[in-house]
Amino acid sequence: MTHPAAAPTRPEAPRDAAAPLLDVRHLSLDFTSPRGRIHALRDISMTVPRGRIVGVVGESGSGKSTLAYAVIRLLAENARVVGGEIVMDGRDLLTLSPREMRGIRGRRMSMIFQDPMTSLNRVMSIGQQMIDIQYRDPISKAEKRKRAVEALRRVGIPDPEDRVNGYPHQFSGGMRQRICIAMAMMVEPALLLADEPTTALDATTEVQIIGLLERLQAEIGCSILFVSHHLGTVAELCHDVVVLYAGEVVEQGSVRDIFHNPGHPYTQALLDCDPGRIKEKTRRLPTIPGVVPSLVGDQVPTGCIFKTRCPHAFDRCDHEVPPSYAVVSGEVAPDAPHTARCHLRDAAEERRP
Amino acid sequence: MSTLLEVEHLKVRFRSMGALRALMRRVKDPYIDAVCDVSFRIGRGETLGLVGESGSGKSTIARALMGLIPSHGGSMRFDGTELRGLSQRAYKPVRRDMAMMFQDPVGSLSPRLTVRSLITEPFRIHGVRDRDMDAETRRLLEMVGLPAGFAQRFPHQLSGGQARRVGVARALALDPRLVIADEPTAGLDVSIQGEVMNLLAELQDRLGIGMVVITHNLNVVRHISDQMAVMYLGRFVEQGPTEEVFHRPRHPYTEVLLSANPEPDPDAKLHRVEARGDIPSLAHRPTGCEFHTRCPRARDYCREVAPALSSAAPDHTYTCHFPLEADAKERRLEA
Repeated sequence: MTHPAAAPTRPEAPRDAAAPLLDVRHLSLDFTSPRGRIHALRDISMTVPRGRIVGVVGESGSGKSTLAYAVIRLLAENARVVGGEIVMDGRDLLTLSPREMRGIRGRRMSMIFQDPMTSLNRVMSIGQQMIDIQYRDPISKAEKRKRAVEALRRVGIPDPEDRVNGYPHQFSGGMRQRICIAMAMMVEPALLLADEPTTALDATTEVQIIGLLERLQAEIGCSILFVSHHLGTVAELCHDVVVLYAGEVVEQGSVRDIFHNPGHPYTQALLDCDPGRIKEKTRRLPTIPGVVPSLVGDQVPTGCIFKTRCPHAFDRCDHEVPPSYAVVSGEVAPDAPHTARCHLRDAAEERRP
Repeated sequence: MSTLLEVEHLKVRFRSMGALRALMRRVKDPYIDAVCDVSFRIGRGETLGLVGESGSGKSTIARALMGLIPSHGGSMRFDGTELRGLSQRAYKPVRRDMAMMFQDPVGSLSPRLTVRSLITEPFRIHGVRDRDMDAETRRLLEMVGLPAGFAQRFPHQLSGGQARRVGVARALALDPRLVIADEPTAGLDVSIQGEVMNLLAELQDRLGIGMVVITHNLNVVRHISDQMAVMYLGRFVEQGPTEEVFHRPRHPYTEVLLSANPEPDPDAKLHRVEARGDIPSLAHRPTGCEFHTRCPRARDYCREVAPALSSAAPDHTYTCHFPLEADAKERRLEA
């Protein structure tokens, strides 16, 4: 597979609008464990275009959070990147020194997490934490405080002048997540990484947070990498979607492509079993039979990763890893707007439905 | 349909401060009402879905039913027996007939017990000695669709869905007549959610058990329950047949909850009704209608006068001064 965007010598910071903000190319990542290496991400290629919200969906263990953590380089000690690159602003983030990386975190990119309680320091006031993260700016503490108040107002915290003195436990879950978003957005980052930011929240709060992210994204014009297993949320918020299964990208495309014209049997199965799509009351909901394959050592299946659970699997899936086919044309085209890694999409395949 | 469980005007209170502090602050009533005036009945083979946001009192009802926390008013009759006021000793045989599946599939299993010990623990607790535990282990594992080899596993070796199945096996070990499932699908992937719901539905059809399903996932409620009740600040604000409540909600809060459910379709034209702000504290309940602080339809009247229980149909009740019209949602869908 060749990647046309990957020129042999990359020029310094190509800032033209066409180049994606974040370009993950053939990223592979292992976790070391007593049982052997876990091949958590394998040959991941995906992009986050400027000003777009890209959703990453998949079941638990698909590697969607690992991907986000790899981008911001906050991986666990036992994680090893074994191949590929993560290009942002013309630089491969994986080659940067820890010091250079710190210069990017909290400036060009920031992150919000699933549990807003554990990502805030509970023995420090909100205001103090928001002042602390502006440590780089040569302005007075009073000005930093003013900015913190403004940031809180922007995310819809009532009486921010007062509430800035509060401690995390004095806020509800939804308010805490708003505070985390305020902190992440205060620097107006180019890229916001959101790791299941609404999973721990009630549905009514969830829609408020989705609305807030939508509004801030439009105001700031940043890109968002939104990790979620909730298809409804992704359908509502995201422009583009990347579907991960067992550490591989199986399909990517615009949100309409993915939800209206899924090209991969896994995406189809995932959509089918969302009870939110089944409007008639039923006592038998569809499921995906079987289990996710083991990713330890050499137990990773050969050929297509989904073949063990796929209702359409045939002999070719057993030995040949499917490349990225353009869903429309059936050609091998990793850069097409809608691609699926399934042999059924191959134009030359007579089984093509 | 014979009534299995009948709850009337149930009230559960928690102490909000110690006696000394209450005395010093001259607080006459140092309690908060976590569950307030809740009534429902469940027949054999029927399922009641309890929905509401965190802190609305859903799990508190379950714990009160199981006698894990004391209740402070009303009545709970299970198969004709009044449960309120029973001693812990007298409660034990009740828990044979009324089983609970707790939230958090992995966390509710003791980490040092094998699956075999976990699913045969109910027999030990209730002194059932005349059965072959190996046979029971095989029977229960088969019933919930786990391979027999899982008997020797520990909870940390199970996935979320498998741990949930063990929870189901534990709850059903002693052939209960009522199962209370607290968030049976929370934290599970959509593909696994379907499996757990199908399992519960199938076992219910086969064994004719009554169920209370507590969840904040409306999609789950829709497919699994016959009746549903919507809770807000410890009260039922709307209650009725599930399809009826979904198609013709009367209480604005129900509408807010229903419309807060993002459709997995990017082109779904959602007419979203949002509730403002956060849930008020139980210690400072709003006056009048308790939903007025967040209600999109609230008027001055709602701030002053608490709405009485009204009926849209004999089995569909709600508490609202200005309910949604019967055809409001259908009109909205057409628009």
